[in-house]
Amino acid sequence: MTDKTEGGVRRTAWRLAAGTVLMFGFGFALVPLYEVFCELTGLNGKTNNDPAAYSAPASTRAPTVREHETVRVQFLAINSTEMPWQFQAPETSELHIAPGAAPIDLTYYAHNMSDRDMVAQAVPSVSPGRAAQYLRKIECFCFQRQALAAGASTQLPLRFYISPELPDDIGTITLSYTLFDVSELAASDATASAEPPSAQGS
Amino acid sequence: MSADHHHGPASGITRWLFTTNHKDIGTLYLFFAMMMAFLGGAMAMLIRAELFEPGLQLVEPNFFNQMTTMHGLIMVFGFVMPAFVGFANWQLPMMIGAPDMALPRLNNWSFWILPFAFSILVSTLFMEGGGPNFGWTFYAPLSTTYAPPSVTYFIFAVHLLGMSSILGAINIIATIMNLRAPGMDYMKMPMFVWTWFITAFLLLLVMPVLAGAVTMMLMDIHFGTSFFQAAGGGDPVLFQHVFWFFGHPEVYIIILPAFGIVSQIIPTFSRKPLFGYTSMVYATAAIAIMSTLVWAHHMFTVGMPLVGELFFMYTTMLIAVPTGVKIFNWISTMWRGSMTFEAPMLFSIAFVVLFSIGGFSGLMMAIAPADFQYHDTYFIVAHFHYVLVPGAVFGVFAGVYYWLPKWTGRMYDERLGQLHFWLTFIGANLTFFPQHFVGLAGMPRRIPDYALQFADFNAISSVGAFLFGTSQLVFVVILVRVLKDKASGRLEGAVGERAWEGVEGLEWTLPSPPPYHSFTTPPSIR
Repeated sequence: MTDKTEGGVRRTAWRLAAGTVLMFGFGFALVPLYEVFCELTGLNGKTNNDPAAYSAPASTRAPTVREHETVRVQFLAINSTEMPWQFQAPETSELHIAPGAAPIDLTYYAHNMSDRDMVAQAVPSVSPGRAAQYLRKIECFCFQRQALAAGASTQLPLRFYISPELPDDIGTITLSYTLFDVSELAASDATASAEPPSAQGS
Repeated sequence: MSADHHHGPASGITRWLFTTNHKDIGTLYLFFAMMMAFLGGAMAMLIRAELFEPGLQLVEPNFFNQMTTMHGLIMVFGFVMPAFVGFANWQLPMMIGAPDMALPRLNNWSFWILPFAFSILVSTLFMEGGGPNFGWTFYAPLSTTYAPPSVTYFIFAVHLLGMSSILGAINIIATIMNLRAPGMDYMKMPMFVWTWFITAFLLLLVMPVLAGAVTMMLMDIHFGTSFFQAAGGGDPVLFQHVFWFFGHPEVYIIILPAFGIVSQIIPTFSRKPLFGYTSMVYATAAIAIMSTLVWAHHMFTVGMPLVGELFFMYTTMLIAVPTGVKIFNWISTMWRGSMTFEAPMLFSIAFVVLFSIGGFSGLMMAIAPADFQYHDTYFIVAHFHYVLVPGAVFGVFAGVYYWLPKWTGRMYDERLGQLHFWLTFIGANLTFFPQHFVGLAGMPRRIPDYALQFADFNAISSVGAFLFGTSQLVFVVILVRVLKDKASGRLEGAVGERAWEGVEGLEWTLPSPPPYHSFTTPPSIR
């Protein structure tokens, strides 16, 4: 090989190696890109995890409330595999709500049937996916992890409204919560943040 | 010529351990691929034996899942990809008029990583909890939350073999860009060189993303992150997106070198130049670029917005256009050629015909609403085996028969070659064609047991598989005979520089077998 081609080979190889590193980074960049993409398009029925605010319209006759056309909203409560809690949707498992009307309060119910203290995380999903951005939660038990002592039970509050911008063709929205056991995750987070005594539970 | 400067191969085992010679490394790759093919093939035999009749006869369901998973991983990463890298090593320097690959030491390393990667992967079968049982696509959370403990070894093995592929790809691109003989312009390069050039770029584009995906799995499993765990704010569907961003270009990484091999062989045995060379180059590039834009057609059923379904449906269908260009070019090359039907040509023609069948079933699945029915059925299994077996694997066979006389200086036994072709052709079709029917009727993939209504077609499929599997022993016999002839120095069956009538290309200007260092002085290109 002449010196000239050897230099060329070296240059090519380093450039390609740099490209490889770049693509490895791109693989990880897909994670936030996907989040943003889902939030913009409502892909996967992801709802916003930050509380929304409801500004009441001056009168119910204001055009922001579509009083006469209501949308059916269904509520589901699902346990993920191996989750031993009793997890129940509100007694009225279905409501007819006018888009833009005042927020509605509901309570879910959870009961830790196991013999150990546990921490759970509820993950919401809205179907159809594109309705997700119009279901605005002011308060939701899914915003935080829920700790329950062994055998204890609790009421889980939810406060939400439907945005008046909801597209006309959506007649039914299903809001489902899946409950996951995050006790281990919570324990490791607690030890990681050093300050709180980790031996609390024992 | 001074005696020591242009030395031949070292002797003994160290020749193979420390070699930096492109031909030696090519041979290593090809032998490794063949061993893996028989290992993955043995697993396929076990799968088909279990599926010969309904009910559970031979293996536990969990072990069955390990077999389907390992069969896929070994065939894709252990057989087809290394085999084509082996071809690249042997052929690229000879075809572009170079003395060797551009980065010979790296070349040695990228091969020798592979045996370690696959030892680790295969050893998981003997670990507590068994090997990977989550399918070759290793979807989270099957491969994270519910995976056997050996999954960490699996992840490490994927890292290693990804590294091997990336190093190989860098070497191939560096060789093609820098070591072409004077006058060998890009648009004069043989088609096989072109297809590998494009394949290597695809490898560099997507293998790092695969490495990223398994790294995220590793972090989810051991370091408490939640990339794919819904409970911690992650999303399992994200895994599928990341995986298929790698996975779809991967299927073209597997098939493009086969396109290249067939594009060398069909003109030779039609005794006509390749029809539409320029359009072939552009079609290959178009396929590669489009392959990065279609990944979500593997996951139509995850619940995408309508716009997403439509986008991936149309882009997928568009790929049929450049692929069609290639098919028509091959047919036009054969048109009114004075064709002969030696083993490499038979495998190439079978490639064109059967790959088209696989392509058409692909178009059926590209239709998003129809795919909701095909998803995860045996129809999918039939489709991808039609593009992989008569596609990639026939490409490997065609290439071996075509270049074996060049590599060894001895012609293989043509009668055995014909026998091998026909047994393989009948066996493969008997195995995979009935799978279309059971798939359409609703038989799911990756199950060890099935409903009675699928029994007959599964029995046919299993018989075909046993025929297909055992007939590969003919190939071993052919290979052993050629190598024996070469070792004993028997002159019967020896071939000259141009082993085939009407063959074109720089590699055929070298003696058969070619000297240890290919072109020490660059050849002149007409």
